[in-house]
Amino acid sequence: MSADFNNVINDKLYSYENNYKVAVVGAGHAGCEAALACARLGLETIIFTVSIDSIALMPCNPNIGGSSKGHLVRELDALGGEMGKNIDKTFIQSKMLNISKGPAVHSLRAQADKSEYSRSMRRVMENQDRLTIKQAEVCEILWDSVEDNNGSLIKKVKGVKIFTGEIYNCDAIILCTGTYLRARCLCGESITYTGPNGLQAATHLTDSLNKMGIELRRFKTGTPARMDKRSIDFSKMDEQPGDEKIVPFSYSTNPEEIQKKQVSCWLTYTNEKTHDIIRNNLDRSPIYAGIIEGTGPRYCPSIEDKVVKFADKERHQVFIEPEGLYTNEMYVGGMSSSLPEDVQLAMYRTVPGLENCKIVRNAYAIEYDCINAKQLYPTLEFKNVKGLFAGGQFNGSSGYEEAAAQGLIAGINAAMSILGREPLILDRSESYIGVLIDDLVTKDNREPYRMMTSRAEYRLILRQDNADLRLRRKGYKIGLISEEQYQKLLKKENMINKEIERLKNTYVGANSVIQKFLEKNGSSPLKTAVSLAELICRPELNYELLYDIDADRDEFSLELCGSKKLPADVIEQVEIEIKYEGYISRQLKQVEQFKKMEKKVIPEGINYDDVSSLRIEARQKLKEFHPISVGQASRISGVSPADISVLLVYLEHYKNKFEG
Amino acid sequence: METDTIAAIATALSDSGIGIIRISGNDAVNIADSVFVNKNGNKILKSVKSHTIHYGFIVDFENIKDEECFEDKWKDYIIDEVMISVMKAPNSYTRENVVEINCHGGVLLLQKILEIILNSGARMAEPGEFTKRAFLNGRIDLSRAEAVMEVIHSQNEFALASSVNQLKGKLSDKIKKIRADIIYEIAFIEAALDDPEHMSLEGYPEKLNIKLDIMLEEIKKLLDTSDDGRIIKEGISTVILGKPNAGKSSLLNILVGEEKAIVTDIAGTTRDILEEHVRLHGINLNIIDTAGIRNTEDTVEKIGVEKAIKYASDADLIIYVVDASVGIDDNDRNIISLIKDKNVIILLNKSDIDNVVSREDVEILLENNFSEQEYKKNISIIRTSTKDIFTNEGIDEFEKVIQNMFFKGRIKNNNEIIITNMRHKEALKNAYESLNMVKKSIDDGMQEDFYSIDLMSAYSELGRIIGEEVDEDVVEEIFSKFCMGK
Repeated sequence: MSADFNNVINDKLYSYENNYKVAVVGAGHAGCEAALACARLGLETIIFTVSIDSIALMPCNPNIGGSSKGHLVRELDALGGEMGKNIDKTFIQSKMLNISKGPAVHSLRAQADKSEYSRSMRRVMENQDRLTIKQAEVCEILWDSVEDNNGSLIKKVKGVKIFTGEIYNCDAIILCTGTYLRARCLCGESITYTGPNGLQAATHLTDSLNKMGIELRRFKTGTPARMDKRSIDFSKMDEQPGDEKIVPFSYSTNPEEIQKKQVSCWLTYTNEKTHDIIRNNLDRSPIYAGIIEGTGPRYCPSIEDKVVKFADKERHQVFIEPEGLYTNEMYVGGMSSSLPEDVQLAMYRTVPGLENCKIVRNAYAIEYDCINAKQLYPTLEFKNVKGLFAGGQFNGSSGYEEAAAQGLIAGINAAMSILGREPLILDRSESYIGVLIDDLVTKDNREPYRMMTSRAEYRLILRQDNADLRLRRKGYKIGLISEEQYQKLLKKENMINKEIERLKNTYVGANSVIQKFLEKNGSSPLKTAVSLAELICRPELNYELLYDIDADRDEFSLELCGSKKLPADVIEQVEIEIKYEGYISRQLKQVEQFKKMEKKVIPEGINYDDVSSLRIEARQKLKEFHPISVGQASRISGVSPADISVLLVYLEHYKNKFEG
Repeated sequence: METDTIAAIATALSDSGIGIIRISGNDAVNIADSVFVNKNGNKILKSVKSHTIHYGFIVDFENIKDEECFEDKWKDYIIDEVMISVMKAPNSYTRENVVEINCHGGVLLLQKILEIILNSGARMAEPGEFTKRAFLNGRIDLSRAEAVMEVIHSQNEFALASSVNQLKGKLSDKIKKIRADIIYEIAFIEAALDDPEHMSLEGYPEKLNIKLDIMLEEIKKLLDTSDDGRIIKEGISTVILGKPNAGKSSLLNILVGEEKAIVTDIAGTTRDILEEHVRLHGINLNIIDTAGIRNTEDTVEKIGVEKAIKYASDADLIIYVVDASVGIDDNDRNIISLIKDKNVIILLNKSDIDNVVSREDVEILLENNFSEQEYKKNISIIRTSTKDIFTNEGIDEFEKVIQNMFFKGRIKNNNEIIITNMRHKEALKNAYESLNMVKKSIDDGMQEDFYSIDLMSAYSELGRIIGEEVDEDVVEEIFSKFCMGK
């Protein structure tokens, strides 16, 4: 075969096949959401992964959700993402956390059957129209220089090149490389240059990104050992069963269909013996020996870190969690480590129940390349490369849920940009996703970013129970929520509003029936007539209890929904809205203030050198971050309220100058 | 545009005949109405026409205990007799509803009235905020945009600087301590919420309640001192230094106009510290007379000297009295080392008695100790005697020097200090209220996550006093104090 003939084949045979609208790099939790969103929005999409068998892999903890992460999954689902549906199909235990606390911090967490989760997501991906899955390592981003709106030159992506040299043309690229970029795994003195679970690392893309002017940095994370179930003595541990009544993640899952038999997790503790072994072998830990250079997260410290930092703590909790129904592997939560294998075994064996444990997979630490997300707009598009988007751990976050949420937003915005439609930017007052992305692109994060409820300043209104009310409408407008789901939402909203209105306007007097009812429920008697809503506000009373004195309820419900009892999710909203009205309305007031600043857009072409009176530090920071709104500007550290005032005055001036 | 209502003292704070308080915003008229009555005791402002002026009284309604007694008692609660003008939007300086209250100008009176207005729902205006609103509402010509930004900028820098400077020391430490206590509690709650399986909140509300009482008590104490105007010393903290018997106490007595310090011819008479508040034509000085600085064996006097050195290091302005009738000695050289980087007025006292030390002698001394730039920037020398100081001529020169330092921005302005003081008080009050809300949440049996909302407000309010913004504080605290982890 001649060389010429080869070229002809390359040019003519393949090139017509290799045209896509969107290319997604990486098929983890971010990549899957991004690819599904683009394909569902009508765009021919290709997703690359180094291993098709590892689509939606859960290389660390075997669960989805948890405090504040559960919120993210709910929000993702409300917008039309896949994670919630997928865990509903594959969970083996489910628990609502913080149930004794306020509704804002209730949070759903489910143990997943890991391989089933992965397989199920792969099935969805494989059957998605307009989506092509390709096993290959992407090595290079291809781009052109084009003129932007202001006439200056800017890079714009045009395709990707894979390891074989094959080129795939596309209008947008979404980078979801997770922990694979130049990954290396450390277990004591042994180092391997692989991604998680010994998978192939992606070693070439970093150079291409560097050449484009994208700055990369190095982060680190870790995972504990997995053990053989048969070697564990569960009789020495406390059983942690799932909830009796299972609540699904997805708003489209029918709760009745997922009530099933669950498996348990197990709780045990470390002790002084464990800690002694760790202390005596610290010099063999790559972190303490200085071999690891990446920055690790403080919120999931290795057991070495815990013992060193919290030296006065006598014991640390250890959760033993199943990795699936059809495997004997058990995850040892709370004891991630990068100590050498012999030390690991010795240390694990001091823990009650693990005296004879056998390690199936060692704990290890992993280092990888990622970006500081301040290089991104809140749409998750690179500021300096048009059409290049990024999501997930590559952006400096951590966690499956954080990754999936970004993947969905990056996917939606890549699609919106190709379709010439308005981007989707969620703000801090409407979602945890908004908080997550705003924090990532506005703050100088120095460690993998994890979602926490304390990061959401308006969390009273950002509850996991109302994610559909907050976001479904947006999902519908984008095109990821069906008409049927949308109608369901409208109906729910209507029922909630009508019922609240009725309770606020239905008064009960201080008659003997009412007083007796109150006495029976340990509530103080009435002096004058009050509304039912006011009674619900009393801590000792609730919606259900008031049934006895709420004469119209049956008939009203029948009229609203065709049943004497309103749906449970409606009642939940009614009760929360009424009971916490005082707090909620205070928070809504703050939101109003917040929104004002968010709405003040900073024009793209602003030159901060023209804004006299800005302090030098503020000017540098504003130039570096290029915030899209005055609100975002105000959250950049180093920009003071006075700088914001100055900026506001300048913008007013600017507006008049250019419009007038 | 912005909807909240702001208030501030609009005139320079001095003992002049009249002072104006300006209120601007949607509720300006309602707020003014809630504190003002006409001469018959009637509330009239809501019904008056725009651009009219009215005679009446500012009444401290909050302190009238029994509503029913109002008709008889309101006269007992009059704060001031005022003229009040109402200018409704959009025909006003800010294009919002504006009310201006012309009061009798005393600083304390103006502060008191402003406080009543703030308690009635207005917020203390930020530096330059009236002008900013005027601009943003399109009232001010565009060509002035730059100037407006300059004003906001400089006033903020100034306010911040004076706030921070005034707060060195005890008050700041106290605030920091309370804030540290608050953020610890927030972090504890939040860590428990984020990691419910690792941390329990069992029995926590009761514990928090006790801690809250302590914090409230601390803030209450600070608020009480602020009522005496002591929260921040209203005036330039000024220290008189000099070796024994140089005439420091005489100077203080002349400035104060009465004999506070014991003046004798025996060196070392002032063994402790004397403090006086002095007003020189609108400039407030908080003068501390110190023990003469010398090497001494007397224990009591020694303590006095040590204190003097400490006060000198904290002072904004040092008046160094040199005894010109005796030569410069080691004690003077000691003092010179204390005044580096300070604003200093050197008084060559007793030059009428025996002129041993000349201006040149002092200059040589300074040149030997500091670079020329250093001492020319910060140090002024006045050749006089305390007797001259007492004459108009002498005091004029003295004042001129101080004023000069003012205008060059070397000493902080009184206005700003008083305004800062009010701002701090407002923040303290808000923090106090927020902590009380937490107590209420506990009493109402609310769940723990509701506590952190008001704890956070208290934390950020206190932060305003010491110029610290809330950023990643909670997350930092969680990670540093609590063991989180999977």
